Amino acid sequence: MSDDAVLPNGWQLVVGLEVHVELATKTKMFSASANRFGDEPNTNIDPVTLGLPGALPVLNKHAVELAMRIGLALNCKVQPCTFHRKNYFYPDLPKAYQITQYDHPLNIDGFLMLPGEVRIGIERAHLEEDTGKSTHFGGSSGRIHGSDYSLIDFNRAGVPLVEIVSRPDIRTSEQARQYVAELRAILLAVGASDAKMEEGSMRCDVNVSVHKPGTPFGTRCEIKNVNSIRAVGRAIDYEARRQVDLIEGGGTVRQETRHWDDASGRTETLRTKEDADDYRYFLEPDLVPLVPEQSWIDQVRAALPVLPAARRNALAELCGIDKDGESAFVVVERGQDDYVRQVVGNGGDPRRSVIYVQQAFAEQGATPKVPAKDLAALTILERDAKVTSTQAKTLLADLIEAGGGDVAAIAAKRGFEALDTGALEAMVDTAIAAEPGAWQKYCDGEEKALGALVGAIMKSSKGKADGKAVTAILQSKRQK
Amino acid sequence: MPEQISKETVVKVSRLARLSLSPDQAEKMTSQLAGMLEHFRDIDALDLSDVEPMTQPYPLKNVMRQDVEAKSLDRQEVLDQAPAAESGRFRVPPTIGFDV
Amino acid sequence: MQKLVEIVAGVTNGSFTASAVVEEHLGRIKARESEIHAFNLVTADQARETAAKIDDDVKAGKKVGALAGVPIALKDNMCTRGVETTCSSKILQGWKPPYDATVVTKLRQAGAVVVGKTNLDEFAMGSSTENSAFGPTKNPLDISRVPGGSSGGSAAAVSAGFAAASLGSDTGGSIRQPAALCGVVGVKPTYGTVSRYGLVAFASSLDQIGPFTSDVRDAATLLEVISGHDPMDSTSIPQSAPSLVSVLEHGVKGMRIGRVTDLPEGCEPDVLARLEAAFDALRKAGATIVDVKLPSLQYCLTAYYLIAPAEASSNLARYDGVRYGNRVEATDLNAMYAATREAGFGEEVKRRIMLGTYALSAGYYDAYYGKALKVRRLISDDFARAYKDVDTILTPTSPSTAFKFGSKTDNPLAMYLCDVFTIPTNLAGHPAMSVPFGVGADSMPVGIQVLATTMGEQAMFKVAAELERAS
Ligand SMILES: [Mg+2]
Ligand SMILES: [Zn+2]
Repeated sequence: MSDDAVLPNGWQLVVGLEVHVELATKTKMFSASANRFGDEPNTNIDPVTLGLPGALPVLNKHAVELAMRIGLALNCKVQPCTFHRKNYFYPDLPKAYQITQYDHPLNIDGFLMLPGEVRIGIERAHLEEDTGKSTHFGGSSGRIHGSDYSLIDFNRAGVPLVEIVSRPDIRTSEQARQYVAELRAILLAVGASDAKMEEGSMRCDVNVSVHKPGTPFGTRCEIKNVNSIRAVGRAIDYEARRQVDLIEGGGTVRQETRHWDDASGRTETLRTKEDADDYRYFLEPDLVPLVPEQSWIDQVRAALPVLPAARRNALAELCGIDKDGESAFVVVERGQDDYVRQVVGNGGDPRRSVIYVQQAFAEQGATPKVPAKDLAALTILERDAKVTSTQAKTLLADLIEAGGGDVAAIAAKRGFEALDTGALEAMVDTAIAAEPGAWQKYCDGEEKALGALVGAIMKSSKGKADGKAVTAILQSKRQK
Repeated sequence: MPEQISKETVVKVSRLARLSLSPDQAEKMTSQLAGMLEHFRDIDALDLSDVEPMTQPYPLKNVMRQDVEAKSLDRQEVLDQAPAAESGRFRVPPTIGFDV
Repeated sequence: MQKLVEIVAGVTNGSFTASAVVEEHLGRIKARESEIHAFNLVTADQARETAAKIDDDVKAGKKVGALAGVPIALKDNMCTRGVETTCSSKILQGWKPPYDATVVTKLRQAGAVVVGKTNLDEFAMGSSTENSAFGPTKNPLDISRVPGGSSGGSAAAVSAGFAAASLGSDTGGSIRQPAALCGVVGVKPTYGTVSRYGLVAFASSLDQIGPFTSDVRDAATLLEVISGHDPMDSTSIPQSAPSLVSVLEHGVKGMRIGRVTDLPEGCEPDVLARLEAAFDALRKAGATIVDVKLPSLQYCLTAYYLIAPAEASSNLARYDGVRYGNRVEATDLNAMYAATREAGFGEEVKRRIMLGTYALSAGYYDAYYGKALKVRRLISDDFARAYKDVDTILTPTSPSTAFKFGSKTDNPLAMYLCDVFTIPTNLAGHPAMSVPFGVGADSMPVGIQVLATTMGEQAMFKVAAELERAS
């Protein structure tokens, strides 16, 4: 947790998140036009996408199924639901209304667990359609204010979205980051979205308020345009401090929508509640109710994969690592936990297996090319001190480069025979003799002096000595 | 029962609907709407507490399509119909103020 | 003038050509259209091309469709690819849709020949076609009178012999009332029977497309072609349309026909006299007349004029000068929106957008829109009770015969009252049709409305055919 996150004078942070995710369908929410990122502008359009007069929406069944996967993975109740029109004018909103879910959303009342058994309530996860994309031209900034005109691409208009609304259960910016990271991991695991924050297929709006515990929640501000997990943390920290400073300075927080500027690290007013639109929600007459049959819900639930938290637990248990630690998170996020299991199954050292994969397999995907038995062999070589950890790293790079191989043979070819203990002891004695000053300091308890001794040994062994083994010998000699 | 519609309300509603009304038009619209709303008060006397709203005439549910892609409209044909277009996109004037 | 079914028979068996039929209709258009103004656009060249193609097919012995060679006019709120579709609004003037409405596709596949796009009250909002941005349509039977609306152009086109049939749309009576005023047959089918895909929306939960023809058999024939499930319309009923032509000769013996005892007031006596004559004719043909009560009927106008404008205010928000249609340039976005919509929409459309926006807005929803939806349920329940006792219900289609131009334009509410008998079925989603049944005191035609319950088209057509035989 960064220092900024600690609020002064007993102020307590309260955060709720609204996360929009684009679903990984082939077509749009209500029409057969392609849902594809990065195509030429206005080449994935049809009468429905453009809101042409006479066009009518028809619900995408696969979008519903993906939304159900999200709901079930977030422990929601999947229920009969309806679609509403949310009416407002904006050039990237073709019909001048967004079709969304209002009082009867598909998924309600779920939760998501964060490390340390912190439970964040999920109020709802509903279906809606995305807008097109405006680009602002002219003026100085390329931003909306002060631009001369805007150009609009409707390829994104009508792309299926699920909006996941958390309850205001988050209390630190670190929890908010964990929430987004965990949600993203779940979305990827269930195949509902590619959840690329940098491409906008996962977008966060953050509701921030502050209060003193035991008093009602404060007035909240909604922060838009928070486009990375890091920005979620920074924006919350900034906004919480702003609100506390405002209140302590005798001011009051206005309910408003604010914009996160990642470059300046600040939030700024986008619009206030007073000029908020009246959306005139009403039931979308062009669509009929969606009443998912229990058999369909059961089928979707049964087909859900094991979720990331459970997979991390299993991996942590197998490898003896922290279930909430970086290794478990990264390896599961990449879907490489099954591979680690294979490496261990081939006799690999569990801890080394998971660390190797975490550190060296970022580019490998869920099915790395290195055969599990080869990686297993390498972990054993290092565990048995047949090679040093530095040498092991070199061998790992060799394995990745070649897509596997006989590790012992590669090690031999590289001349990586580990030194036996007798030879090491002799080298240590030589070093002590050569650096008596350093040895004396080390014996006097100055740990820093160790570096000079180990360095000298590594040099004389031409890197063949194992740093850890050398240190152990030096320590035991000092204790004598 | 809401009070009689005021000119201020009419102006606010016209802004919501993106219809600019001159003061004269707003005046006329207010009196016409007031007349209609007065007529529509005939339903105020009805006890509707137990009545389910009816939003659609025919009770269908679960109407869905398969996730199969169809050809896009031709961009040029579409942009030819647009009031202003540029670089394959629709062109609009700038947004003033913070109303985003 | 030839009936639709005669044209299909003649073209199909080669006794005359589709081209000759089209020329005959184009000739009548040439002679009288400048006086009537039924059309926003006459597509003469396309019509000739289509007709020639059908004639080639007939000559080559190929199978032709169920409407081969039939000249048909389309209300100008149905999308036709590459052919201007305006809704009689300045805001859409010049717009060429990049796609065809489902009904248009069906017509083309059946071999119909589209002769033009017909005039309407702007965005189908009105009962006289006086709200068209391009000038009113005249009643072909008396050009000092309105043809009714909003599908006034489609009714006039059939009445004047410009087309053998036409399509209109009916949100609160916009097919049946002009049919009555122009002396032709007009049908609003069960909601969900005919696809709305490509019909420019006015009020989505009320809109239905239906035919205008010069007799009941033609209406049945055309309706059979345009009906049926469409996967592009989520509210389309997933059933095949019932056979209608086959029941026309069944008669009404044993049928129970409802007479509404609490019909709203304000109907002209000569119109009511025709209604009584209709009951007499049906009784004579073996039907039983049964009194039914529809106590909520009196609230229909209120429910309708809250629900329809509410939906319309949302449906018409897309005309913003961004993607299609016309724009009035301005220096910033909101000014552009306001200037575009101010210049693009006529008075009545603005009035309904305002009314609908207000009815949906925060603080007023429950008092207006929310309440109207409940009244809609009451009306539907009333009908459900009535249809336990009867097969169809008869009312006048319109409280009066065709009125003079300008007589109701100053008073929106007076105009709204034209739809008092037609609105209830739109609210309930039921089918209803207007059949000409004699004339009123002014020698103008009177239409009798036959109502039936959801998917009750067969009963409705049996009664309509009987009335036609008796008239
Ligand atoms: Mg939101
Ligand atoms: Zn949303």
